[in-house]
Amino acid sequence: MSAAATAGLDNVGELSAFLMPGADGTGEVCFAVPDAYCAACIDTIETALRETPGVVAARVNLSQRRVLVRYAENIDIAALPGRITRSGYRNFPVDANVDPRHDAALAELVRALAMAGFAAGNIMLFSVSVWAGADEATRALFHWLSALLALPAIAYAGRPFYRSAWAALRVGRTNMDVPISIGVVLTTALSLFETITGGEAAYFDASTMLLFFLLAGRTLDHLMRKQARSAVDNLAHLSPRGAYRILDDGSVSFVRLADIVPGMRFNLRAGDRVPVDATVLSGNSQIDMAMVNGESMPLAALPGVALPAGAINLAGTVEIVASRPSSESFLARMTAYVEAAEDTRTKYRRIADRAAQLYAPVVHLTAAVTFIGWLALGAGWHTALLNAVAVLIITCPCALALAVPIVHVVAAGRLFANGVVMRDGAALERMGTVRVAAFDKTGTLTRGRPRLVAQTPADPLLLVMAARLGTQSNHPLSRAIAATAPCESAAAPIVTERPGLGVEATIDGIVWRLGSAAFCAAIDDGEDSESHVWLARAGAPVAMFAFRDDPRDDAAATVAAMTRLRVPVQLLSGDRPGAVATVAEAVGAASWAARLAPEQKQAAIARLRADYGAVLMVGDGINDAPALRAADVSIAPATAADIGRAAADFVLTNDRLAGVPFVLSVARRADRLVRENLGFAVAYNAVVLPLAISGHVSPLVAAIAMSGSSIVVVLNAMRLRLGAGPSELAAQQEVAP
Amino acid sequence: MSGLLILIPCALGLGGLALLGFFWALRSGQYDDLEGDAQRILLDEEAGPRP
Repeated sequence: MSAAATAGLDNVGELSAFLMPGADGTGEVCFAVPDAYCAACIDTIETALRETPGVVAARVNLSQRRVLVRYAENIDIAALPGRITRSGYRNFPVDANVDPRHDAALAELVRALAMAGFAAGNIMLFSVSVWAGADEATRALFHWLSALLALPAIAYAGRPFYRSAWAALRVGRTNMDVPISIGVVLTTALSLFETITGGEAAYFDASTMLLFFLLAGRTLDHLMRKQARSAVDNLAHLSPRGAYRILDDGSVSFVRLADIVPGMRFNLRAGDRVPVDATVLSGNSQIDMAMVNGESMPLAALPGVALPAGAINLAGTVEIVASRPSSESFLARMTAYVEAAEDTRTKYRRIADRAAQLYAPVVHLTAAVTFIGWLALGAGWHTALLNAVAVLIITCPCALALAVPIVHVVAAGRLFANGVVMRDGAALERMGTVRVAAFDKTGTLTRGRPRLVAQTPADPLLLVMAARLGTQSNHPLSRAIAATAPCESAAAPIVTERPGLGVEATIDGIVWRLGSAAFCAAIDDGEDSESHVWLARAGAPVAMFAFRDDPRDDAAATVAAMTRLRVPVQLLSGDRPGAVATVAEAVGAASWAARLAPEQKQAAIARLRADYGAVLMVGDGINDAPALRAADVSIAPATAADIGRAAADFVLTNDRLAGVPFVLSVARRADRLVRENLGFAVAYNAVVLPLAISGHVSPLVAAIAMSGSSIVVVLNAMRLRLGAGPSELAAQQEVAP
Repeated sequence: MSGLLILIPCALGLGGLALLGFFWALRSGQYDDLEGDAQRILLDEEAGPRP
């Protein structure tokens, strides 16, 4: 990981995208340092950076796991990542806009929140005096003072709502901010009119308090999404931004991804990702294809082998020649699929928006009817208007606007504490409707690393011999043998590596070979021959080693927990049918499909949706990205490819599959709470609306009713933190470590 | 009644001061890194100026 994350950074070409040059020749660059967690970490990183010539200042932000470096003109920026790496922390450059100092939206929300809080608190002091029976002149004075405090606060703190309402109205739509804005503005206007004419009722306290509650909800929502974004960003592997081109004179230079044309030759070092679709020219290595097609066994990179963009070079350096520009490469095609699959997401309408769609016309119609009704009954237009505005004030959807986001914020906090990052609240709503789950195999249900599972014949001496050969090789299967065998102190033999075949060594005058069946003169036509390695003694095969990409420890428990939550699990893999069937049986999946191309995975998702309903997709590879996006909701483990993680709604940061049923159970409980909250908000309106229509709402009643209903929905949402619901307990019992 | 004329401006003025203080704290980055600032008190020397 460390090598992969920092490899290829020794050129400013890759870092230039992240620099923020200032006016006076200095600039800023931000690095993520995901492993920093303590005071000593802060000190080590900052000291290492501050001792670098050209660094003006360096400050670690521990909440975000970032370090912001301010540098002068004479800096060698390319040296910075190496400096941090040498101090013991892996790092990679990130956009600084997640940094709080660059988050204008959050600053505006917090300032507005402070203004609204200040105004609401002070106005309440005057309002209490008025309700306590302050007389004519005092009441007028207090109303005027309240107006003085309220007007600037409402103008300033209400801006986020007015802007959003105006944006919706301009395109002929309505959202929750429309009734909020109308309510606040009308209340303020009426209160001002009452103040000027020396009337009895002013609702300044109600309108500022309303803004305060709503802004609190919105700020929490913003913080939640920001935390999710920085947590997901910190998982990024640095996807290649370019590659090292071999020029005709043999020298090497960095070329940006977009500038690569077919025919260019590149050096691909161990740990690098293939930058564009390419063909191997020379060299010998193993390529990890798990992210690309779900194949669990690595591919031998021999001259002439085609490599798709995004595959990872595991062993030695190879020379490759680009066969397609980056815009037509595998990765770009997958990105195009992801974008084309946006449909399901955009078609989904959030519960709050659907509620607002129904709510706004009803409320405004009621207010209009109240006004006309009172006029028709012979009351003066002043009384009629007062009662109509009272309807708007009392129904101002404070509880309704808080009902949904506050549940999502509490759910996100709960999930985050359990190692799951949620991108936004809509994902949680979609998760609550899931009826069937599709899992990827390689890297999701399995570890993505082959493990030695069988040896025939089971002679420990042969295993030791194979391990002696294997330790000398870079091949992942040889390494797996070496890792399994007991420690061997004998001198390592001199080994010759035969590209694509295996390794060979002469020990005590006997030629030993470890490698493919053909290399060891063995006959192996079984279905799983690709995952077998043979050992040959003097040209005759003596042992066979079988490998399998084993399911994760908690894979079977996860599938069982999903099934208990009445969500059957399907396995969609790009791997060989034999390997897929074994895993499907081991974990207890309802059904499986193998050798699926990315497009076919997408089609499989569509079929599942037609058969069952909303689909959850869990996957990690580049080839899963289109399916992750096409599904109604998706989860990716932390080790997923960047494109897969970007396409997913939830990311499992602790890499435990137990997070999947946990997300599902939290989503179902959150869904129930949201419905309870909405139901409460409607019931509240049903009770207070008759009071308002009949003209019995005094400022005191309005203040109590509005704050009371908001507090009730917030407290109800907090229940998500208490204990575990039945479905969650069931999920935990089964998956607990 | 005359007491109110002194007390009300005093109360509002103090509240306003607190609001300004909060804005100052926000602007000068006091809330940017709550977790980091909690850990920094364990460091012997306060590191140099913020970037």
